Amino acid sequence: MQTFRFDLCELPEETKGLRNDVRQFLARELADVPAHLRALTWSGSDPAFSRKMAAQGWIGMTWPKQYGGHERSAFDRYVVIEEMLAAGAPVGSHWIGDRQSGPLLLRFGTEEQRQLILPKVAKGECFLCIGMSEPDSGSDLAATRTRADKVEGGYKVNGTKLWTSGAHRAHYMIALFRTHSDPQNKHAGLTQFLVDLKTPGITIRPIRDLTGHAHFNEVVFEDVFVPDAMLVGSEGSGWGQVTAELAYERSGPERYLSSFILLVELIRRLEQEGGSEAEAEIGRLVAHLVTLRQMSLSVAGMLEAGENPALEASVVKDLGAIYEQDMALKAHEMIGAMPAMGDGDAFENVMGQITQISPSFSLRGGTREILRGIIARGLGLR
Amino acid sequence: MNEFQTILADSVARLMGHEVDRHLLEAAETGAFPDKLWAALEANGLTRILVPEAMGGTGGTWSDARIVLSAAGKASAPGPIAETLVAGFLLAQAGITPPEGPLTLIEGELTLANGTLSGTAKHVPWARAATHGVAMVSRHGASQVLLVPLGESRAGEADNIAREPRDSLTFGNVAVQAAATALPENALRLYGALARACQMAGALDYLTTQSVAYANERSQFGKPIGKFQAIQQQLAVLSTQAAAAGMAASYGCASADKAGEGHDPAFEIAIAKIRADDAAGIATSIAHQVHGAIGFTYEHALHFATRRLWAWRAEYGAGREWAKWLGAGVIARGADNLWSDVTAR
Ligand SMILES: Cc1cc2nc3c(=O)[nH]c(=O)nc-3n(C[C@H](O)[C@H](O)[C@H](O)COP(=O)(O)OP(=O)(O)OC[C@H]3O[C@@H](n4cnc5c(N)ncnc54)[C@H](O)[C@@H]3O)c2cc1C
Repeated sequence: MQTFRFDLCELPEETKGLRNDVRQFLARELADVPAHLRALTWSGSDPAFSRKMAAQGWIGMTWPKQYGGHERSAFDRYVVIEEMLAAGAPVGSHWIGDRQSGPLLLRFGTEEQRQLILPKVAKGECFLCIGMSEPDSGSDLAATRTRADKVEGGYKVNGTKLWTSGAHRAHYMIALFRTHSDPQNKHAGLTQFLVDLKTPGITIRPIRDLTGHAHFNEVVFEDVFVPDAMLVGSEGSGWGQVTAELAYERSGPERYLSSFILLVELIRRLEQEGGSEAEAEIGRLVAHLVTLRQMSLSVAGMLEAGENPALEASVVKDLGAIYEQDMALKAHEMIGAMPAMGDGDAFENVMGQITQISPSFSLRGGTREILRGIIARGLGLR
Repeated sequence: MNEFQTILADSVARLMGHEVDRHLLEAAETGAFPDKLWAALEANGLTRILVPEAMGGTGGTWSDARIVLSAAGKASAPGPIAETLVAGFLLAQAGITPPEGPLTLIEGELTLANGTLSGTAKHVPWARAATHGVAMVSRHGASQVLLVPLGESRAGEADNIAREPRDSLTFGNVAVQAAATALPENALRLYGALARACQMAGALDYLTTQSVAYANERSQFGKPIGKFQAIQQQLAVLSTQAAAAGMAASYGCASADKAGEGHDPAFEIAIAKIRADDAAGIATSIAHQVHGAIGFTYEHALHFATRRLWAWRAEYGAGREWAKWLGAGVIARGADNLWSDVTAR
């Protein structure tokens, strides 16, 4: 039995120049950003930064030129995003559109939808969010209740989306709605829509998370009209489309680099303090980091080759989340410093940030238990 | 994997399936050398993959050797396969043509004077079955590879917890063949660690396959235990640990294949051993838990793999030893070099 496939995938030599360009850009742009803000990585957003990245041609890199893309390889894109994450760039504004919604529209969207959205996304002027979860539909995504009922020329939407990251700053939502109810088969009857968040009847309420900041939202739909032209893919195919989308969502470098800034600040601290116990822990953390990077690259290679590494993507995300969370614990065990809210030194501030956000690493994008369920199915246990 | 490697993987898996069975594993644990398995490996050139064709070897790469080592680890194949491959590699790198037959690796308190070797070595794998061993000495940073005839040096027999021979040797002015090499002075330990990491990746694969199969067979409360979510989640963890160890071993071998050309593979090799060690702790624990009491018996085959993992993780440097080395290097290079170092390799 070959359980999973993780072939080595080496980044092409040509990506080196690009990597240097990105580093120079980041050295310039992030010079004054303190470590605890960089620790937010893709949860941190800054529309001005997104526009600067777009000006470099680093959003929508792999998309066709006719949609504002740059027709670069998936490896070029990989290099850009891993550099952004490792440096802690505030990539949150355009992240969803670039990673997920753009590729979704290229695959399932209509010509009109692509023309409407993709060029603006690639310019860093249009931001998207993902409306999947609801109050009663978290892990059990097929329990989606928000209804889109057929009316003349479109659909009328009623219901509530929850935990929608960035909805308060986004222009559009890719939403999963129920267009048909069949209690016997809840996976059928789900449909994806491209929703203009300025449409009357939509109320977006930011929800403060435990750090005190509002990144995610409740989005209420009351008799919201969504035109036929904004249906993505085909009616009733939402489940399959969402599943395809999640392979992109689960394997990228953001799945093991969320705590990277903490590792950097931890090492900086140890440069002074030293200690042989610490050396072994740092060695382990680096060994796991490098292994995860190779696994993530391997999945990127399969995506580039047009294969479907959904299972391997779940493996990377599960191992990555354990790793990212372990980092905060290890740093605490090794140093024991007081985590701070911006008034400590760089290490203490980053500890404060990562310690607080680390529970989300194994929730967002599919919980640990759901991922392990997918892996168990891959093993032939379910 | 390239086309040659796919064929190699198939044929090695077939060979292991033919040659390695319960009877062989038990016999090896009571001290019998696996003659028939060894002959089959030699006949297929699998013990000399890392020796160039000009020296009578197969002229393969570490990435090829990984396939053989992982298959051997997966089958718990007895015999000094890893040791012979590494010994052949070290000798060939120093320009010495490896002798026929099984070889071993000697680490110990050794001194070379006037072409003769003195000192003692413990935990020498399969020394009782090998005609020669390979050792390394260095002076003023210059390394030498030694081809050591074992003849009269055998000083005692012992086993590791996998009941693999780990013997003692005592040398008193034994004439050896010595040759200078560009390899680093810890090359024996380094490549020994890489070989063990590859074997461990194979053994971890076995634990996954075996544990999943058992969970589908064994019923309690009226259904296969694999239907219980608690078991499924544990097996998922086991499989991801095996996958990570496999990836790290592949990466270590790819790096070893680039050695020379201004590339030092020690970073990736250390990572391979660290990752295998970390995976072994988690994976053996889950595999035994899933198997219940039957997996704790000598009768059941699970322990052939788990005992090997517990022994191998400590051989040629435990994860901790390599992690200390790696971490010290990372800290010395400084926080701001970490990312560029990781991506430059
Ligand atoms: C920071 C953050 C950002 C997010 N951003 C978005 C977003 O932009 N868009 C969006 O749609 N969603 C978003 N989410 C929501 C996220 O996808 C959900 O939190 C996740 O799917 C889990 O749903 P839930 O929170 O309702 O937990 P529940 O599904 O209620 O799960 C609670 C616990 O029960 C476990 N559990 C549930 N079902 C099972 C089962 N069958 N077997 C075993 N255990 C089970 C879960 O693993 C978990 O541990 C975000 C979440 C976070 C934390």
